[in-house]
Amino acid sequence: MQTLTQRLANPTRFMQLSGTLLPIVAGAASVAILYGLYLAFFVSPADYQQGETVRIMYIHVPSAWLAMMAYALVALSSFGLLVFRHPLADVSAKAAVPIGAAFTFLALFTGSLWGKPMWGTYWVWDARLTSVLVLFFLYLGLMALRSSLEDENLAAKLTAVLALVGVTLLPIIKFSVDWWNTLHQPSTGMTSTVDPSMRWPLLVMAIGFSLLFFALHMKAMRNEVLRRRVKALRLADVARRDAVAAE
Amino acid sequence: MTRFWTLVRRDLTLAVREGGAIGTALGFFLLVVALMPLGLGPDLNLLARIASGILWIALLLSALLSLGRIFESDSDDGALEVMATSSLPLELVAAAKATAHWISTGIPLALLAPMLGLLLNLDIAAYPALIATMLAGTPAVSFIGAIGAALTLKARRGGLLLALVVLPLYIPTLIFGISAVSAVTLQTGAFVSSFLILIALSLGSLVLGPLAAAAALRIQMQ
Amino acid sequence: MDLGPHAAFIWISYTAVVAVVGGLIAWLVADGRRQLAALKALEDRGVRRRSSGDAGGV
Repeated sequence: MQTLTQRLANPTRFMQLSGTLLPIVAGAASVAILYGLYLAFFVSPADYQQGETVRIMYIHVPSAWLAMMAYALVALSSFGLLVFRHPLADVSAKAAVPIGAAFTFLALFTGSLWGKPMWGTYWVWDARLTSVLVLFFLYLGLMALRSSLEDENLAAKLTAVLALVGVTLLPIIKFSVDWWNTLHQPSTGMTSTVDPSMRWPLLVMAIGFSLLFFALHMKAMRNEVLRRRVKALRLADVARRDAVAAE
Repeated sequence: MTRFWTLVRRDLTLAVREGGAIGTALGFFLLVVALMPLGLGPDLNLLARIASGILWIALLLSALLSLGRIFESDSDDGALEVMATSSLPLELVAAAKATAHWISTGIPLALLAPMLGLLLNLDIAAYPALIATMLAGTPAVSFIGAIGAALTLKARRGGLLLALVVLPLYIPTLIFGISAVSAVTLQTGAFVSSFLILIALSLGSLVLGPLAAAAALRIQMQ
Repeated sequence: MDLGPHAAFIWISYTAVVAVVGGLIAWLVADGRRQLAALKALEDRGVRRRSSGDAGGV
């Protein structure tokens, strides 16, 4: 009996499986997001306090959720690389980082635009916004470290170490930012509970965004597998030609 | 354990012999602190209020400057490979080097901080708290910094990259260090809890730092 | 559809999401095409993987 991750260890099998899955996931993502947008704009009511700006929530909250989930995925893949030496683990980690960073940026951007009407300013040092900002810095660190190492194998493993260090410290950073925030200002109104009439559209959007993330991640992984294949073939080609030239 | 301390002593001797490095960090610390009033204006009340923050941030930046040194020279001349093959586990080698960095950089910076506090009109009553928090917090700076130093050992643009990788990880230390000092200056009364958390952070980094740094070093030596 | 006095904020937010996600998709599709083209160019020159014949896995 092989587990699913073991069976996926073969890149060729991954390419076959993801080739059939990708259109399905992408299609499901589009359907969920379109339905979610319809709900967000035409069905869900305006908030009695925030008015229409509450509609930003339907993209802000899923983006923030994906920002965290993507980092968890990077950490998990890094663990898989360092401990189990799973051949696709680094492909997964490398593919997830830029996508996660993009959604982290979106969470910050939409949060700032949501905050302007609510708080009267684009940026407040709210505990949640600050934590997401730090998460963005962690993503930047991962990307910078990987891009500054030429040896791909080395880059993969060192980035994995950094991702695991980051995920170890993340709860502590979150805790310290919360502490710092309560010390300096009363908590902002963003913690208010979500009204049931908004919960369903939000859930649909969250599912749609998650499916979208998986589709993007799968596509990025496929690209990465291809890139490595091209690289290996080029190396083999050069070696063969050298051998021919030597004869 | 004696081998551990021998290594610490060796690194300290090297740091002293090379000279310069410690002096540069101290000079940088002084300069960053002195630039703050020039940027913010000479309002003494304002400076007194934000002194703890300025001192802590300047200390982090100064320590950052010297982090690269932890493994660099030993990696360049191959001494690190020799240490890796010795009977001392690589984790302890990393710990010894981080300890040496703390003694040669963290402690001098922490001891200089009160003098710079004078420039910022820091309340005299806060001095014991300032020195105590800096001594308690700088091990975390050295040990977490060692992770960054090990990760960026073979990277291009090492110095800048090190800052980008390490600074976000310093946030808890920064927050609790500053909150312990301002507990005294602003009388918020949270000194003991902040100080204890700061010590916990340092103790945690004593474990995490060597483990992660040794893992990074091992990957690069294969 | 009236989105109240802060309509611009809502539209900018949604536009940003569309732009970033669209950019990601465009980049991923272009990158995938580039890799496939490179692979095809190599195979046309007769460079094949050891387990050739399953180029269909691509």
